[in-house]
Amino acid sequence: MSEKIKKFMYLNRRAPYGTIYAWESLEVVLIGAAFDQDVSLAFIGDGVYQLLEGQDTSESDMKNFSTTYKALGDYDVTKLYVEKESLEERGLTLDDLMPLTWEDEDDDWAEKDSIRLVSRAELADVLDDQDVIYSF
Amino acid sequence: MKFAIQVNEGPYQHQATDSAYHFAKAALDAGHEIMRVFFYHDGVNNGTNLTTPPQDDRNIVNRWSELAKEHDLDMVVCVAAAQRRGIVDEGEMQRNGKDAQNIADGFRISGLGQLIEAGIQSERLMVFGD
Repeated sequence: MSEKIKKFMYLNRRAPYGTIYAWESLEVVLIGAAFDQDVSLAFIGDGVYQLLEGQDTSESDMKNFSTTYKALGDYDVTKLYVEKESLEERGLTLDDLMPLTWEDEDDDWAEKDSIRLVSRAELADVLDDQDVIYSF
Repeated sequence: MKFAIQVNEGPYQHQATDSAYHFAKAALDAGHEIMRVFFYHDGVNNGTNLTTPPQDDRNIVNRWSELAKEHDLDMVVCVAAAQRRGIVDEGEMQRNGKDAQNIADGFRISGLGQLIEAGIQSERLMVFGD
C-alpha cells in the first residue's frame, strides 16, 4: 500500500449496554485492525464504563462483550486512552477498570499496560494529533 | 477536498441523516469529491426502499438515491448492521434464506472494511450522529 499510515482514533462516548454503539464500535476496531494503521481508542464520558471490571449481563439477556477488550492487544491495538475527569465524575478510579495489557515484541515480549490515563487537556492534544476520528 | 461521510443514525428519528445529506449536497455543489457515504448503526435504515413518509414530508431515502444517481455516489450500508436491522439486497436474501429484499436504489451492502478504507483514502471523514 502506497498510502501513508494514518492515525486512527476510535472515540467511545457511551456506556457498554443500553445502546448498541459500544459493541458496534468494537466491531469496527476489530475489522480496522487488519488495515495496519496507527490505532488508538479513547474512552470519555459514560464510555469509561466499557472498561469496567466485573461486568455481569446475565440477567439482561445481553451478550457480555467486555472480554473482547482484553483481546485488543493481540490485534496490535495497544493504546487505550481513558480520561481521568470522566472516571472521577463517576466515582471511579483506574483500579475499577479491567487490567488491559499487550506484549511488546520489540522488548522481549514484555507485558505492558494498554490503558493510558490522561487528563481532559491531554486527551484534547491526543485528539488534535489524529488523522481520522471515528466517534461512537 | 476528498470527503468521506459516515451516517450513524436512522432517518426521521434523528437530524444526523438530514445534516449528512445537506452537507453532502453542499460539498458536491461546491465542487468537492465525496468518495463514499457509509451507513452504520441505525443509519442503515436510510437504505430501505420500504420507507413511505407522508406526502408533505421529505423522502429521505429517495433523496439519497437521487443524489447518488446525479453524482455517481458510492453509498454503502454496513452488512453486519444491516443484517441486525433487516436491510436486505439480492445476495443477502439468498444467503440468509429471506423471501424479500428492500435495498433502495443507489445503495449497496458491504463490510466494515469499506468504512476503514474510507478513512484511509479520504482527506476528511465526516461523522454524522448523536
